[in-house]
Amino acid sequence: MSSDLRDLYQEVVVDHSRHPRNFRKIDRPDQTVQGFNPLCGDKLTLYVKFNDQVIEDISFEGSGCAISKASASMMTATTKGKTKAEAEELFRQFHTLITEGPDGPVKREQLGKLAALGGVSEFPARVKCASLAWHTLRSALEGKGEAVSTE
Amino acid sequence: MRAAREAPAIRAVSSFDPEQARADFPILKQKVRGRPLVYLDSAATSQKPKCVIDAVSNYYCTTNANVHRGVHALSESATEQFEQAREKVRRFINAPRAEDIVFVRGTTEGINLVAQSFGRTRVRGGDEILISAMEHHSNIVPWQLLCESTGAVLRVAPMNEAGELLVDEFESMLGPKTRLVALAHISNALGTINPVRQLIAMAHARGIPVLLDGAQAVPHLKVDVKALDCDFYAFSGHKMFGPMGIGALFGKAEWLESMPPYQGGGDMILSVTFEKTLYNRVPYKFEAGTPDVAGAIGLGSAIDYLAGLGIEQIAGYEHELLDYATRALAAVPGVRLVGTARQKASVISFLMDDVHPHDIGTILDREGIAVRTGHHCAQPVMRQFGIDATVRASLALYNTPKDIDALVAGLEKVKEVFQ
Repeated sequence: MSSDLRDLYQEVVVDHSRHPRNFRKIDRPDQTVQGFNPLCGDKLTLYVKFNDQVIEDISFEGSGCAISKASASMMTATTKGKTKAEAEELFRQFHTLITEGPDGPVKREQLGKLAALGGVSEFPARVKCASLAWHTLRSALEGKGEAVSTE
Repeated sequence: MRAAREAPAIRAVSSFDPEQARADFPILKQKVRGRPLVYLDSAATSQKPKCVIDAVSNYYCTTNANVHRGVHALSESATEQFEQAREKVRRFINAPRAEDIVFVRGTTEGINLVAQSFGRTRVRGGDEILISAMEHHSNIVPWQLLCESTGAVLRVAPMNEAGELLVDEFESMLGPKTRLVALAHISNALGTINPVRQLIAMAHARGIPVLLDGAQAVPHLKVDVKALDCDFYAFSGHKMFGPMGIGALFGKAEWLESMPPYQGGGDMILSVTFEKTLYNRVPYKFEAGTPDVAGAIGLGSAIDYLAGLGIEQIAGYEHELLDYATRALAAVPGVRLVGTARQKASVISFLMDDVHPHDIGTILDREGIAVRTGHHCAQPVMRQFGIDATVRASLALYNTPKDIDALVAGLEKVKEVFQ
């Protein structure tokens, strides 16, 4: 198997896609936002509960490819307990990592567990899959509650 | 491998030699990601033989001029070659007259032309357009647009779990309000060949005209619009080894003569004053603006190519290859075929285990294997099967059992990743 393929589908990624964390509804969430990736049919619903500026609880439901599911799972695991501003900054760094790759300004070491999705940078067609959950979160943070589409 | 041992049987019973045909397609000689290209996405677009590429190139090198207006030598030659291409299309689908062939950009534009020109003048509020549950978006959305602007109703004939149209249900939906039936000849997502001759006869018994979306049919079986007795037949050049951006719409003379123009512009007029414009005769009435002359000539070359190989020989070979591929894929543990109609051509849609088709597509791509993954512009079909997407391997005359074996081996890699 090619090394970039092994890097894309790291064990931790496959595990998150098979057993997504925070895959549930939240009772009375402050924000419920839907995200779509029309190209491959990924769709998710993100639920977020805030305590002032802090993401107190975050979860998702939906269906999609391994990359989109794993990314949503890792995102919820990482952003729970973070402030809105911290979550925004994480997305900025994560997006830079998966679009610009190892030669870009953001290194995998900076991103902890999220770094497992760094292999996406070798697969431009899959960047949308990895960033769908994050675009959906951004809409929730902005409080618009508008559905998000990657197209 | 079990599949590999069965391969020679195919060559023994078919007079068609796919290896020889393969050699006609320059793109198939290349490596993709370090591996020989295995192209299994011909339902999206087919590859082009050298003769088609040369025909387009030669036109621009030797002939390029605008058609139907200049008196100079190049324009005369371009016009002659353009009209020869129209005659080739006529012969290809056995249309009565060359004037019954309208050059369009592709199947989509052909269907939109009928929806707008035929539809706007003959469809009113409360009327019905009947399509099937297995249509491509191109044979759904133009009718929805028509229904929105006229108040007509779009009705959908159902299919069964195998992806076969329910013929009795279809017949029961033909009524006094039905103005037009629009059907896929072959489904792009499932490969189902519809019993179009029977369906057309049912519609005609009630005086209802029928349009066929022939995009997936023309590269795989002999189409005879006279024998089918269809009223309209639309297809694309690029799915039948011709260039992108050119296609043809056949219409029966009685319809085309009475339909208003689709778009306005040059070439479709006889005279223009600010008070009154006289339209040109068919088919030019429907061909506003400078046409894709090189594309039409390329399409003509593709038709010559198919005729040289023999469409019946191609169909026979592809039928055997589809059988081989179906058996090979069904033998892979965890594979579920989507679309198992008794009459099928070229297309195998499938799922494997709980792996999303998009992930399968990415892993196959790393093996140099090109398949389509997604909803195949047929979201209602996916919805009926309760899925979001499939992997679609689609075959053409240049595919061999080796391509299928590579696909099966590629699926083993997928299992490795997701074990």
